Amino acid sequence: MTATSTPLQRSGAPALRFSNVSMVFPDGTHALAETSFDVFPGEFVTVVGPSGCGKSTLLRIASGLNPATSGSVTVDRSSLGYVFQDATLLQWRNVLRNVELMAELEGIPKAERRKRAQAAIDLVGLTGAEGKFPKQLSGGMKMRASLARSLVLDPSVFLFDEPFGAVDEITRERLNDEVISLFQRNGFAGLFITHSISEAVFLSTRVLVMSARPGHIVADFNVPFDYPRSPELRFDPAFAELSGRISHELRGAHS
Amino acid sequence: MSMAAGSGGLGMTPPGTALEMVGPSPRAKRKFELSRFIGPPIVLLVFVAIWQYMHVSGMRKFFDKPGFLLPSPFTVVNESFGHALARDKLLNGVKWTAVVSLIGLSFTIVVGMLLAVIMAQARWAERAFYPYLVALQAVPILAIVPIILSVFGTGLLPRLFVCAMIAFFPIVTNTLFGLQSADVGQHDLFTLRGANRWTRLWKLQVPAALPAVFTGFRISAGLSVIGAIVGEQFFRGGSKPGIGIVMESYRQKAIYPQVYGGIILGSALGIAFFLIFGWLGRRVVGNWYEASGRS
Repeated sequence: MTATSTPLQRSGAPALRFSNVSMVFPDGTHALAETSFDVFPGEFVTVVGPSGCGKSTLLRIASGLNPATSGSVTVDRSSLGYVFQDATLLQWRNVLRNVELMAELEGIPKAERRKRAQAAIDLVGLTGAEGKFPKQLSGGMKMRASLARSLVLDPSVFLFDEPFGAVDEITRERLNDEVISLFQRNGFAGLFITHSISEAVFLSTRVLVMSARPGHIVADFNVPFDYPRSPELRFDPAFAELSGRISHELRGAHS
Repeated sequence: MSMAAGSGGLGMTPPGTALEMVGPSPRAKRKFELSRFIGPPIVLLVFVAIWQYMHVSGMRKFFDKPGFLLPSPFTVVNESFGHALARDKLLNGVKWTAVVSLIGLSFTIVVGMLLAVIMAQARWAERAFYPYLVALQAVPILAIVPIILSVFGTGLLPRLFVCAMIAFFPIVTNTLFGLQSADVGQHDLFTLRGANRWTRLWKLQVPAALPAVFTGFRISAGLSVIGAIVGEQFFRGGSKPGIGIVMESYRQKAIYPQVYGGIILGSALGIAFFLIFGWLGRRVVGNWYEASGRS
């Protein structure tokens, strides 16, 4: 089954559209099969699925890092934000200069990019750490710097590839709060990959469940909770009920 | 909203936050420093003692050779550095050798790094050059010295050539390794923003390569001293006498203490180069480079 989007206050053109995207890697791995779904401006869509189901491949195709074998992706890549699983900071640059990198590669003049970088650093709560090198940062702080680096371009589409998988639970929850406040503040279209159902439900306006390889969307859930979402939401019965339904689909997706 | 940073009102980091430097504990650091200062002198002492023993009776006992072939370390130091004549001769020699090896090394660094950059651009370029690099490394220098001699004649140029041949390989391989050490995710970042080859080279590959480049420098600096001395032994004419030539002339006159004095000075030169490049490397990459997990 492909995505049957249930529109919820969506308007205009999608910010990101997958149309029948398939991906077969040169080694024969069939990663994605005829995947279609849309992410509209102001939507935060999270894809959950078994590991190795091609979730990350979705993002690599969306960003243009890998071309799809067939099908098409419609997205404006001029201000794409992309947060990887690893922070991928350049070890020889301090936080400020790391955060400037994307703007620098984009050819934005020094004064302007420095201003934007500082604003992004303040936004993710790294004020005071501008001069630190990556080796001096904790895992959570590295991810913040990585977030800030993408924010500098003020992306209209923001891709997150399991960014908080490697940090501890407390830090992860805090970073989730930050992502939500950024989402509310900047109003980008978000596409988030995770294998944590609770993270998916907590962050998103919509959760898609992906099947095992070759991956395709098997279920599509609207998440009805209002923003801003408080940490207590995680213990709300409605939250648990929705998580349970997603979990059920996910178990089906494994087989 | 924030977990750690900037919570001190003056923009200062309160102690005990995640912003703290990651590094060895003070205790571990102190232990390390202690062993650093005590270890080498002990080894030196043992070495000098064995040397003295070999001079006094070991040479006769084990090799049935006279003790003067291995003069006492005290004689060596005294004869080599205690008298103005020998000292000046040796010091001038080592100075000139330093100049030759530095010129040779600079040349090697420029050419070697350029080659590494070319090899890093494409897989086929790396494959095309690599076998000849290994071959160059395997060529017995002494065997091709006659050829070098007939091509370049005597003088400075052939010495530089020998120097470069010996020092070339570590520069190229370490630089190449370094250029290829930037991780895939970092490359993806540059790909995302459509960076060209040049930008990628300057902003990603070259900075990523620096720690390995300095490792290469350090190894090659020592080798270039050896290269210069070997060169001197063969191309005696047409250029100022380096430490190798000074040593050889003492040996021919069977004045052994100064030969050993020359060896000591030659090694000291190599050690000095090693330390200087190590220091330079720490200056350049020490701020950000984590030595652990990579050699």
